[in-house]
Amino acid sequence: MEVFLQSLISGLLIGGLYAIIGIGMTLIMGVLKIINLAHGQILMVAMYVTWVLWKFFGIDPYLSIFITIPFIFVFAEGLSKYLLHPLIEKESILPENQVLMTVGIGMVLVELARSIFTSNYKSIHTSYTDKAWHVAGISLHVPLVIAFVIAIFLTIGLYFLLRKTDLGRSIRATAQDKVAATLMGISSAKITILTYGLGSALDAAAGSLLLPVYYLYPDVGPLFTVKAFVITILGGLGSTVGAIAGGLVLGVAETFGATYISSGYRDAVGLVIFLIVLVFFPGGLKRLTKV
Amino acid sequence: MEKEKTKILEISKTEYIIFLGAAVLPFLFFNSFYIQGLLIFIMMWVMLGNSWNLLAGYTGQVSFGHAAYFGIGAYAAALPYFHYKISPWWGLLYGGLAAVILGYLLGILVFKLRGPYFALGTLATGEILRLVFGEEEWLTNGHNGILYTTTWVSKYPYYFIALALAILSILSVKMVMKSKAGFYFLSIREDEDAAAALGINTKKYKNISMAISTFWAGTAGAFYMIYMGFIDPEVVFALHNISIITILIGIIGGVGTIWGPAIGALVMVFVQELFRSAIFGLAPHWVSGLHALIFGLLVITVILYLPGGILGDWDLIANKFKFSKRMRSSS
Repeated sequence: MEVFLQSLISGLLIGGLYAIIGIGMTLIMGVLKIINLAHGQILMVAMYVTWVLWKFFGIDPYLSIFITIPFIFVFAEGLSKYLLHPLIEKESILPENQVLMTVGIGMVLVELARSIFTSNYKSIHTSYTDKAWHVAGISLHVPLVIAFVIAIFLTIGLYFLLRKTDLGRSIRATAQDKVAATLMGISSAKITILTYGLGSALDAAAGSLLLPVYYLYPDVGPLFTVKAFVITILGGLGSTVGAIAGGLVLGVAETFGATYISSGYRDAVGLVIFLIVLVFFPGGLKRLTKV
Repeated sequence: MEKEKTKILEISKTEYIIFLGAAVLPFLFFNSFYIQGLLIFIMMWVMLGNSWNLLAGYTGQVSFGHAAYFGIGAYAAALPYFHYKISPWWGLLYGGLAAVILGYLLGILVFKLRGPYFALGTLATGEILRLVFGEEEWLTNGHNGILYTTTWVSKYPYYFIALALAILSILSVKMVMKSKAGFYFLSIREDEDAAAALGINTKKYKNISMAISTFWAGTAGAFYMIYMGFIDPEVVFALHNISIITILIGIIGGVGTIWGPAIGALVMVFVQELFRSAIFGLAPHWVSGLHALIFGLLVITVILYLPGGILGDWDLIANKFKFSKRMRSSS
């Protein structure tokens, strides 16, 4: 029972981080209608930025989100504006050429990281890295708890942005119907580019928050890309609430898979759930919650 | 696999010349095992590129998991050897078949999906296989991989086997695309619902396309095992190094063209090796670390400026270099 509870809690904590990765992905998917296969790679860039800030400027990884978020926002907006957006008007045989472009972007980002930072594993060590709180026999890893709390605040912030501001309404309108939104005077091109930046910025926050509990190496990117789309499909496309639920479910499923099956199957559990949901329950959790 | 021979296969003069040229090529580099090895890899990538191109470029089912079929082909050759000492050479026979069976089974799942969902579904299948083959050590020897002492030291026999398989893969795609099935494939790519509405059994033809495609991917995998003499799950089921590179070969060369994958494979290996060798040792040493980066940039450039690939947008390139007059008079 204790093992069960421990796995559950750890899963939920890491799931909170997965949730904001998933929300970023689902935003991009909802508005751009593409799968962003560079999502994890952008997270990796954020992790390297955080690492550099910590290593050379001594900035705490949790404080560095104030730098990584705007940095990645601008960076991703550039990618979107100059690489992804121009493809909309291009004629091509396969409609997936934007997706393929994100593959190319992801590849370049990984290789850039490899040529700058080499393939070696990096991690950061802070005063609280090894600390844990013990509550009723269950240990709570301090960095994960802090990250989880920050993730909740970010999610609430995003919720208000999407629900209460003009910008948020424009994003939701564009996601629902691009043509109608354009007719209502929303510059859908602008919103599309901006949404890619916003989704990536959330991703960046997750990267900074993950660094204290995760190893960093260039190929960490593809790993998180896979997680990101698993969450998104699990939660239902374009659904923010679904992405949160999807993130938590994935986190718990992974820790249970690692605890009860084999640690090597940790990553396979998510993929199997993903395939089952994709094939047998298209629409994911969104279908249950209707949000 | 290619039952639908409604027309006899036509091979143009240019194609004969290319085949002959490819056959002479290794003798030009008789003193370099290194370059001969690269030529063998080019042929292997031609096979894989063709395999992907038939399914994605012609039938519109963009697979992100071709490593699954490549890997299963490689393991089909390797496992009988590992357990019963049966020569992996037999893998050339049943590597492709194993991939076809796997393709059929996975097709039951992933063909329910369309567009980007199909891409994600296939990506997941490839990754699951990689993890399973890595974990089930009793069957696959896990991450230790399977080792086999290669039959010949000389590269010539391998090259000619690879060349023959590559040519067969090109011709098979060409033949299929001239048959009725080929037109059905195109109609499925353009609009699956419309194709179904016109009475085309889309499921059947997607499966046929999948079968031919996976056959070549599996054969390429079996060949890889025989030639390299070592495989492990991280190598043959690699998401990036197999699945994604296969796609990029198709994209660079030209999606939905017969010769696109061949050109893509040539460009991919050439560009990567050019930079890996630091431009034949002329450039400073650190350049060699950039080979994958340069290839990535090339991919971005091609998608951005030549969405049809090098072959598909050849007119665009020709116009850029002001060869347009000559092109028009020749065509």
